[in-house]
Amino acid sequence: MANVTLRVNGATHTVDIEPSTPLLYILRNDLNLQGPRFGCGVGQCGACTVIINGVATRSCITPTSSVQSEITTLEGLAKDGKLHPVQQAWIQEQVPQCGFCQNGQIMTAKALLDRTPNPTDTQIREGMARTLCRCMTYYRIQAAIKLAARTMRASVETSKKEVLA
Amino acid sequence: MTTFTKIPKHIEDALTSRRKFLKTSGLLVVSFGAAAAGAGSFLMRSGAGLAAVPQATGPYPDLDYRQLDSWIVIHQDNTATFHVGKTDCGQGTGTAFRQMMSDELDIPYDKTTCIMGSTDVTVDQGGSGGSDAIQTDGLPMRRVAAEARRVLLEMAATRFSVPVDQLSVADGVITVKGDASKRVTYGELIGGRKFNVALSGNNINATTGRAPMKTVQELKVVGQSPQRYDIPPKVDGSLKWAVDVKLPGMVHARNVRPPMAGAKLISIDESSVRTIPGFIRVINSGNYVAVVCEREEQAVRAAQTLKVNWEKPATAPFPSSEDLYKYMRTVAPTSRANPIVTGNPDAAFASAAQTIEAEYEVPFQGHTAFGPAHATADPSNGQMTIYTNDMKSYGMRNGVATFLGMPRENVRVVWMEGPQAYGRTAADDAGFEAAYIAKEIGRPVRMQWMRHEETAWDTKGPAFTFKMRGALDNQGNLTAFEYDARAADHGHLGYNEPDTVLIAQLMGRRPRTPAVGSADRPADMYEIPNKRLITQVVPLPLVFETPLRMGNLRDPNGPQCTFAAESFIDEMAAAAKADPYEFRMKLLTASTADDNAFRRARSIATLKAAAEAFRWDPRPSPKPRGSGNILTGRGIAYTYRSQTVAVQIAEVEVNRQTGHVWVKRMVCAHDCGLVINPEGLIRTIEGGMLHSLSRTLHEEVQFDTEKVTSVDWLTHPTMTHQDTPERIDVVIVNGDPNPKRPDLPHYGAGETVCKPTLAAVANAIYDATGVRLRRIPFRDARVLAALRTAGV
Repeated sequence: MANVTLRVNGATHTVDIEPSTPLLYILRNDLNLQGPRFGCGVGQCGACTVIINGVATRSCITPTSSVQSEITTLEGLAKDGKLHPVQQAWIQEQVPQCGFCQNGQIMTAKALLDRTPNPTDTQIREGMARTLCRCMTYYRIQAAIKLAARTMRASVETSKKEVLA
Repeated sequence: MTTFTKIPKHIEDALTSRRKFLKTSGLLVVSFGAAAAGAGSFLMRSGAGLAAVPQATGPYPDLDYRQLDSWIVIHQDNTATFHVGKTDCGQGTGTAFRQMMSDELDIPYDKTTCIMGSTDVTVDQGGSGGSDAIQTDGLPMRRVAAEARRVLLEMAATRFSVPVDQLSVADGVITVKGDASKRVTYGELIGGRKFNVALSGNNINATTGRAPMKTVQELKVVGQSPQRYDIPPKVDGSLKWAVDVKLPGMVHARNVRPPMAGAKLISIDESSVRTIPGFIRVINSGNYVAVVCEREEQAVRAAQTLKVNWEKPATAPFPSSEDLYKYMRTVAPTSRANPIVTGNPDAAFASAAQTIEAEYEVPFQGHTAFGPAHATADPSNGQMTIYTNDMKSYGMRNGVATFLGMPRENVRVVWMEGPQAYGRTAADDAGFEAAYIAKEIGRPVRMQWMRHEETAWDTKGPAFTFKMRGALDNQGNLTAFEYDARAADHGHLGYNEPDTVLIAQLMGRRPRTPAVGSADRPADMYEIPNKRLITQVVPLPLVFETPLRMGNLRDPNGPQCTFAAESFIDEMAAAAKADPYEFRMKLLTASTADDNAFRRARSIATLKAAAEAFRWDPRPSPKPRGSGNILTGRGIAYTYRSQTVAVQIAEVEVNRQTGHVWVKRMVCAHDCGLVINPEGLIRTIEGGMLHSLSRTLHEEVQFDTEKVTSVDWLTHPTMTHQDTPERIDVVIVNGDPNPKRPDLPHYGAGETVCKPTLAAVANAIYDATGVRLRRIPFRDARVLAALRTAGV
């Protein structure tokens, strides 16, 4: 056991743990951040996804001690009480069925849109390919990603105009 | 280290206030020593956070469904809470229940909430199953809401000293007609108090008051599409799921399964895990083994590390998946239903101009829930509370009580959201395991399976072989149809059975005889003069303690049987050189006889609607083969389930170099009678259809002669974003043929659409390539091999 310090969603935590423990267990059980979920434990499904350095990362296969940068979880996406445009698009499209995988879908989509603000259909399919859903809500997810991309681009345009004004 | 002890707040709030209400209202049917009942809630607020205290001391007696107060609570602020004995697998049924009940009650939808499926605070409607939530259970919900409205109107009539017919009601406010100053809200009439109104009905589905339900024309909220209330908390991370439950003193358990089916435990070397930090105990009874540790990652490690000696069974528990179909065709059936014979099929075959024969095969397919099976059990105060996503929470309560030898009044099951669980999943098994271990060690236990365990040991939809024969006369009419289905379904598991859940089997418990299992017949309204339908069940060598254990999977037999039946109808159409749509339409319109759900008329309307939406151009299949690398085609399939009719059309692209199949477009025409929430229904249809598309293209449980070798998403692949159709059209059909009575009831919509997809895709591949695929799934290598064999 050893003290490990993590910065998550803007807060710093120090936990006394076995340092090689997968980050997922520490987030869920010690920090009470349960947006990321256990789906496979072997990095195949995406249920446990968090964002580290802008990269959608599978926390079930990430040793906690290897994390040096800020971690963002699903709970950290909303800003100033307002849901992230990806989350808003998910509600507007009524994406989830059971919803268990949607942490992975939302976090992966968020990282994808940060990297590729105007993705083609192919880029969406490829970028999301390894994030699985057993209710097969993919069709709605893809629609919601396009909707979120439009919202995010419009908001960038607006803020540019505001800066110019 | 920070520790949290937390029951999800929405559950805790709902349950504690509910239990208080029920206790003070005398609604709990106390059937034994109620004097022992304590009044404490199991969680109390303390400062900013939540401090946990032991659960209420119980007992948890049954709720009386014949009391209005068991179903509906009206609050002083003129809001209402509906308590229903159902659970949701992710289709938004809670939203639909609120729509139906608020409509009957005449209260705004957004002034209502819904509590579902926890055994001590909702009446026992059985949880989920059979796609009957709206069709069957929705009716008592509507009737009790209508009764509440009637009672409230009578109360207002007394208050204003006017007859009820002088009152009008809207949005939870009652007004005297012609005198707007005389108004009273539901909340003012009864808020926070009980109705004390008895209902009647010999069983819960028959529950009714004196008030009639509204006619379809009077419904206002039904038919609209309010957004699902469960989606925002699923999207912002605030929802607490069954998997998130934390309790004071809770420990973590993991199972250690036999490495081969039917293995016998010889010895456990506990010293192999004793030095793992946090190790508490090895649990063992018979061949059931689990480890318990303070922390989750410790339990995972202990389960991986524990040394167990197993003895291999003397004979192979099953054939390998490679040899499965050969085995199924030759083994003696354990049951055979009497063949259903219409006309004289033998004579029709003897005089046929053309006879076609074909065999089809569908493998075992798993639920493979996205999150492995899990449950948390709390044994404090001599009670047992299980937090689970099991869709049949009431059944789990009864089963666990029997299994543990506890009075059922001491057991309660709290239903919470979980990963998709369409049918009899391993959630049943995990609930029993958590409860058993919690009782053994006297501490709350969180049990979770690992991925390899879920994929290998979860219950399976049965494998099928089919032998089909059809006769055409010289006009191309289908004169005889023979269907011979064999299902590897012997020992099919029921829900939450204390002698068949996996832990019971491994501990050596057995039912006296294994369940018979079943094989379905095709579900269609085709008029075929001569038919023979044969259904048989075959056994695997090992019936108990096996990972190849069958349980209901989202329409248990429908996808398999419809694959064979609707593929074969297409083969007959091709042999008759007829268009597949027109061939089916001719079979449907060959008679005018109908049933009381108008299934023939509605089948015809639905078939037509699908073809129109797709812009189907009639021609026989296959189409002239293209010369490019990508071959395209379309295929259609039709079926019904109970009273709900579905027709699907798939448009495919087949890559002749790789064998890859992409279903580019899907159309589904669907008639489930009265629609409660159209947008919710459309997404339910999309999800069900794509779930079956995954089963069509990818899913097959593979095994050698010792064990299941499908253990993760690589060895049991599922559909991905890249397989997703580019376009899906769902057409909601109202096929009610009687314009004077446009009020079909609301039928179920959860599973019908799972049935036709396999055949629609197979028929489309045939249309594109001229190659008939008769074995599921259509993975690239299998398709490519078939194309190569056919010289495509």
